[in-house]
Amino acid sequence: MSHPSSYEPTNGFSKWLDKRLPVLRMMHGQFVEFPTPRNLNYLWTFGAILSFCLVVQLITGIVLAMHYIPSGDHAFESIEHLMRDVNWGWLMRYSHAVGASMFFVAVYVHMARGLYYGSYKDPREVLWILGVLIFLLMMATAFMGYSLPWGQMSFWAVTVITNLFSSFDAILPGAGTAIVRWIWGGYSVSETTLNRLFSLHYLLPFILVGVVALHIWALHVVGSNNPAGVEIKSSSDSVSFHPYITMKDGFAMSLFWVAFAWLIFFAPNYLGHADNYIEANPLQTPPHIVPEWYFLPQYAILRAVPDKLMGVIAMFGSIVVLFFVPWLDTARTKSAKYRPIFKWFFWLFMFTCIALGYLGAKPAEGSYLLWSRIFTAYYFIHFLIIMPIVGVMETPKKLPNSITDDVLGKSGSSAATSATGGGETAPAAPENR
Amino acid sequence: MANDTTETLDPNRREFVMVAAGAFAGIGGAASLWPLIDQMNPDASAEALASIEVDLAPVEEGQAITVLWRGKPVFIRNRTDAEVKASTSVKMTDLPDPDARNEVLPGDAPATDVNRTKEGHEKWLIIVGICTHLGCIPKGQGLTDNKGEFGGWFCPCHGSHYDTAGRIRKGPAPRNLDVPPYKFISDNKIVIG
Repeated sequence: MSHPSSYEPTNGFSKWLDKRLPVLRMMHGQFVEFPTPRNLNYLWTFGAILSFCLVVQLITGIVLAMHYIPSGDHAFESIEHLMRDVNWGWLMRYSHAVGASMFFVAVYVHMARGLYYGSYKDPREVLWILGVLIFLLMMATAFMGYSLPWGQMSFWAVTVITNLFSSFDAILPGAGTAIVRWIWGGYSVSETTLNRLFSLHYLLPFILVGVVALHIWALHVVGSNNPAGVEIKSSSDSVSFHPYITMKDGFAMSLFWVAFAWLIFFAPNYLGHADNYIEANPLQTPPHIVPEWYFLPQYAILRAVPDKLMGVIAMFGSIVVLFFVPWLDTARTKSAKYRPIFKWFFWLFMFTCIALGYLGAKPAEGSYLLWSRIFTAYYFIHFLIIMPIVGVMETPKKLPNSITDDVLGKSGSSAATSATGGGETAPAAPENR
Repeated sequence: MANDTTETLDPNRREFVMVAAGAFAGIGGAASLWPLIDQMNPDASAEALASIEVDLAPVEEGQAITVLWRGKPVFIRNRTDAEVKASTSVKMTDLPDPDARNEVLPGDAPATDVNRTKEGHEKWLIIVGICTHLGCIPKGQGLTDNKGEFGGWFCPCHGSHYDTAGRIRKGPAPRNLDVPPYKFISDNKIVIG
């Protein structure tokens, strides 16, 4: 958000630098005095938590790569060597493995918050789209990282997921097979495949850093959404980023770190699969293969559809549909707090996601399969039918006139304001600061 | 001045040079992508492993062995008369995938038992042991394995059932198990690939 800078260089060096590269002025503007809605709740701390997760993954990952050998014969062995012989190797690896799970916990909370409070709506569409892109990159990175220990689950996850592309054979015979061989670099998943997955697993996080920078840039252009879903109108609606938000983020991060540390030190393998401690064997598929917990809902959608190509399309479609959410939701009121009907559909949708996660871990047969189909259908119905229709039909509750009124507990008094969804037509311009 | 004269004579000349230069650079740039893409395709050493010889003599009737060809498991089953009979008596209309999927036969050859084996060696079924759904290895090679509802193979990943000719009968897999190219070089020796 543009606002006049109160930055005053205090010493000779910062004055000299400010005339040449005003980076300190920029940091001061964006991370010290940046005006932030004063009514943010703890769900808004997950952005900072996610940045923290990314940094943890980068640092531990760079360390792991110093000891890891991306070779069919040595990958599994080098992980065991890391765990047993390298000083603190177990800590680095468990932090990285648990870190991936914690990263997804945080991103799912962050996304659910965005969906509940309408953080994807005008003017935050680009911010949201960049977020979905980050989610896709995270999924690709996590999948590639999971292949590297070269255990049974790694090997068969790569086999099954890369084989998804063979479904294109149903469109153009031979095309799918050609793509899969190109990805494998051979006629089956092999050391060649492992090497390229390692290369890309090292590359993607840095691309992720770039997209995250764009995401934060887009956030700082339009400003944070907030639980009331009305924009900042006057200086009394906002607080400066530092110390108010930095402290709150810091406190939430500490609590998150407690859970993170508990998993690392007391249950490091709780979220993994024992089968991945068996070295990859191309001649034997484990009897029950499932992805890591964070991909279970998508996996349930894949298996719910009886046709191979359509299953793949449905699975990717479940992510792609998120890109269109800013336009699928026709309501002008942002926050579900003020949307009496949509609110219930939101919770039904949350239940659907959790149910799909549960079903993804179960064998695809009998009533599990039936329920997978029902919830898969509802997943898409929520976005493609409920969102556009409820947005038009529903009468929202009265919005508070301003963030200040929301905090002070005054209910909305102006019908005109709520009719225009809280005056969002002129968003984010706190000129009076 | 020469320049002015040229432009007066042919005002399109400069535009043509611009388009030509742009097109040249564009095509050149696109062409240089190909090596970057093609380097990921199977390399010469992967292609070189493309053929193996297998001795069938130790495989008794009713037994099955698995060999590795191009990094893929190939199932070789010495079928019993009952298994062959079970396969030959299947009506073509009962098959989800009616094609033989035999690399040496035309694509539209029907999936009869004969078309999935070699003449004179009908008891030998030789197929690539990779489920055509998402690439898992079906169970059914071991004597105590679950062979599925049709006595052939059963894929534990997503529940595909194959019969004693390796044809898909039930489950999400779209195609019959592939028959690799192979030939008998003597009565109990084959070359795959």
